[in-house]
Amino acid sequence: MDLFLDALPALSSAFSQILQPHVLAYLFIGVVMGLCVGVFPGLGGIAGLSLLLPFMFGMEPILGLALMIGMVAVVPTSDTFASVLMGIPGSSASQATVLDGFPMAKRGQAARALSAAFASSLFGGLVGAMFLTLFILVARPVVLLFKSPELLMVSVFGLSMVGILAGRIALKGVVAAGLGLLVGTIGEGPFNGELRMSSYDLPYLTDGLKLVIVGLGIFAIPEIVALLRKDKAISEKPNLGSGWSDGIKDWWANKWLSARCSIIGVVVGVIPGLGGSVVDWIAYGHAVQSAKDKSGFGSGDVRGVIGPESSNNAKEGGGLVPTLLFGIPGSGSMAIFIGALALLGSGIDVGPSLLENNLDFTYSIVWLLALANVVATVLCIGLSTPISKLTNIRFVLLAPFIFMIISFAAFQSGQDLMDLVALFAIGFLGILMRRFDWSRPAFLIGFVLSNPVENYSNNATQIAGVKFRQGMETGLSYVMSPIVLILLVITVLSIVVGLRQAKNIMAEGEVPSGGKRAPLMFLLTVIAFIGFALYDAASIPDYAAVDRVFPMFVAVVSMVSAAVLLIQMMLQPETSTLFADRETAEEAAENTYGLWSTLAWFAALLVLTSLVGFVIALALFLFSFLKVRAGLSVIGAAMYTAAGIAFICFMAWSLNRDFPAGLLQGVVDLPWPLT
Amino acid sequence: MKTKKSWASVLVASVFAFGSSLSAQAADLSGKTVEWVIPFSETGGSAKWANFFAPLLSEELPGNPAVVVKFMPGAGSTKGANWFQEQSDGDGTLIFGSSGSTQFPYLLGDPRVRYEYKDWNPVMASGTGGVAYLNAEAGTKFDGSANNLKDMTFIYGNQGATRLDLVPALAWEMLGINVEHVMGIKGRGDGRKMFESGEATIDYQTSSGYLSGSAEMVESGKAVPMMTWGSLDESGNIVRDPTFPDMPTFKEVCEKTDGCETSGEAWDAWKAFFVAGFPSQKLAFLPAGTSQEIIDMYVKAFDAIKARPDFAEISAKRIGKYPMFTGAGAESALASAITVPDPAKQYVTGWLKDEFGVELK
Repeated sequence: MDLFLDALPALSSAFSQILQPHVLAYLFIGVVMGLCVGVFPGLGGIAGLSLLLPFMFGMEPILGLALMIGMVAVVPTSDTFASVLMGIPGSSASQATVLDGFPMAKRGQAARALSAAFASSLFGGLVGAMFLTLFILVARPVVLLFKSPELLMVSVFGLSMVGILAGRIALKGVVAAGLGLLVGTIGEGPFNGELRMSSYDLPYLTDGLKLVIVGLGIFAIPEIVALLRKDKAISEKPNLGSGWSDGIKDWWANKWLSARCSIIGVVVGVIPGLGGSVVDWIAYGHAVQSAKDKSGFGSGDVRGVIGPESSNNAKEGGGLVPTLLFGIPGSGSMAIFIGALALLGSGIDVGPSLLENNLDFTYSIVWLLALANVVATVLCIGLSTPISKLTNIRFVLLAPFIFMIISFAAFQSGQDLMDLVALFAIGFLGILMRRFDWSRPAFLIGFVLSNPVENYSNNATQIAGVKFRQGMETGLSYVMSPIVLILLVITVLSIVVGLRQAKNIMAEGEVPSGGKRAPLMFLLTVIAFIGFALYDAASIPDYAAVDRVFPMFVAVVSMVSAAVLLIQMMLQPETSTLFADRETAEEAAENTYGLWSTLAWFAALLVLTSLVGFVIALALFLFSFLKVRAGLSVIGAAMYTAAGIAFICFMAWSLNRDFPAGLLQGVVDLPWPLT
Repeated sequence: MKTKKSWASVLVASVFAFGSSLSAQAADLSGKTVEWVIPFSETGGSAKWANFFAPLLSEELPGNPAVVVKFMPGAGSTKGANWFQEQSDGDGTLIFGSSGSTQFPYLLGDPRVRYEYKDWNPVMASGTGGVAYLNAEAGTKFDGSANNLKDMTFIYGNQGATRLDLVPALAWEMLGINVEHVMGIKGRGDGRKMFESGEATIDYQTSSGYLSGSAEMVESGKAVPMMTWGSLDESGNIVRDPTFPDMPTFKEVCEKTDGCETSGEAWDAWKAFFVAGFPSQKLAFLPAGTSQEIIDMYVKAFDAIKARPDFAEISAKRIGKYPMFTGAGAESALASAITVPDPAKQYVTGWLKDEFGVELK
């Protein structure tokens, strides 16, 4: 109770600290810097924050905080640009935004989708801050209620969102999620460090694949390739006015949905260990489940933008709770945040004492975050009309630059040429999944939740074992806590409702059916991969059995589902939705170019990079692509190329990053940026 | 005044970012950029450590080169260390920071290790300590020895059998305590949360983690400190940790506990890994083949950092109150960190296999 009495003075002291002109100015600079990095897909907050770190030393704490928070806060807002305009998830926070935001952009409603998204972001950020102001006082015992069984149930609940995103054939969604889970197990097992589907001869895979690569690969590459083949602008219709006021009206009409999703965002963000990477999917699922008319979802329903965008800014606020109160970073950017807090030398350490001794400091952080959201939203709304004009440009002029940026972003995750290979491989999988109407969101949810589900189930089983040995009652009260039971009910409900509705929700638009051969071939390839995963897991020796259980279990479930699919395919006629294939006559007619010739361009960039390094390869790629594919004049192509190279070099230089090197660099010493 | 200055630095930062040579004095590294490679991600303790020293180093090196920290995470730091092994830029523009997590795979003969510490040139070393603690129930039974704890079953959130957690795990094993290791914990912060929520009943933290998170649990009676790992005196003996002078060391607890011995192969093995993991946890290296002149320049710069009047104050907050060694001190820190007698090594690999089923081959 004392805490509540302290809260008001602490709050007013926090506000008097924040509302000083120079603090606000620093916040503004942070937001602008964050915006410069954040609008590019895949770069996000970690790159931005580490850019700031060297300057933190000795800075006045409140100013350093303002700068950093400005940077963190703007990312879940600015990443919306890439998600809506190009169908590329700008960061893990806006994966679900792609599903409805991108179709809106294709219909010429980019500005409307963007302003609805920004209004939701702003609202979510503010609701999050208000909720946190009270909640942070009682958060500690609440967070401690979440032990391994509860965390496992939250992860499983996240996984149940697959139900609603599974697409027309539920089993395909299950197998897609299974594939995601299996790809997530690649690398060292969490218990004994046994290798799964990798070997020490290929060290890259032992660390597992990174979310940024899988996210960009599974969503961005298929969209880029599909758009390129049509040789048009992204927007299929001319822009319907500036549209930004419509977006705000849309948000207002759905304000209660926005409020509910904001609360979902804070609450899930508070739970440590999930990092909020599924928050947007849960919010999307909620938006779908609570809507009366669900038919528009996946093909441009604005509620599918409002839901996830309301949650992802609120999540950043929620993520402060485990970060500040327990010293457990909720996400990568939060981890750097902790590091920078120490560098500020404020003498303030994250941890339990923060609430009791530095409540005003905590409140400053919470409200700086809210304020930064306001600034970020205003800037983004201002930018949305000019930026959304990008959707009217011939895509062939944009594509090589987008590809350049996502390759650069992917390379930052491991600084290994293999990052690009992995991006390309996952991208190819994404292309096939898109073509045969397999749910890519389901795959991604599986991938994201693979590690948490495995870890928490192992931990819960092991601890439950000890507790049951102490006594039946101790054991039961550990596994069957009220939270577990509630989550179990919600999960079951969500699966039942989801599966019943999934048929109506074309998460990726309608897909015609065609011949049997190609879809069958893809299914057989998937089965072969699952079979390999199963064999690989089974060959883990007994002493490391714990590393074997999870991949074995997932592989068996996926195998059974895939086998049922196979039998169904044999029985059904080729007009069945089972055989969805985008390459059938009617849709393929829109394509000016073939799949393989389009892919070959990107493969060429990859091969060239391995030979002469990224920058030289990129110059050759940009020039010849713009000359040959886009039909520019030599001078035009040269100018675009020079601009692209200059831009990426500036980016790398200011973030202090390197480019992938090729064989050439192994032989000759070249000056930066050719190294 | 300070505000104005940092304001300007940010503006400069946003326009010029790194690499710009603002001052060009006539000295060795002026106008150059020193890269400090850290084989971990931006989020770990090593990042904190390097980010703390980088601006100080920039001030002290002749010519005030920009010192930038680069992260090269992968394979629990073996990727970055393998990369460093192949570098030969001995012109003083490259330094490498290793940590206990780099030392352990080297000592254990991990198949991925292709680096050799003896080739590198250490210029600075700094350390930390560790504290183990019990929950309240076990705390009442703890009398300075582990004798009354042997009939209990403890749960511990472990980051991985071959990580730094090897040191507490082996210590508890030697004391004869029955500890169930719950694997796959992401960081010691998660371990502490497991302890606080009652899932785990025994825990350990490094000194800074203990001070910022666990000390409060001790004050409120939820946790009882058991022991520290201690610290090393000049002649390499384990003495009480200066940060926690009131807590017994593992050595003292072991001496009082039946069946635990402070000599023999188990003890030697524990001590070797403790020395590798804590008192010389983080080391800064120049690559193989660097000239003595450049090594001396770096040693001098780190000496100057150490001699700053405000060093004790600023370092205590960020990297803890532990000694920092330079030059010859760093060399002997390295020597003690990587000299593990073969029997000790075999003992630990055998124990890892029996206890955790971990085979490094």
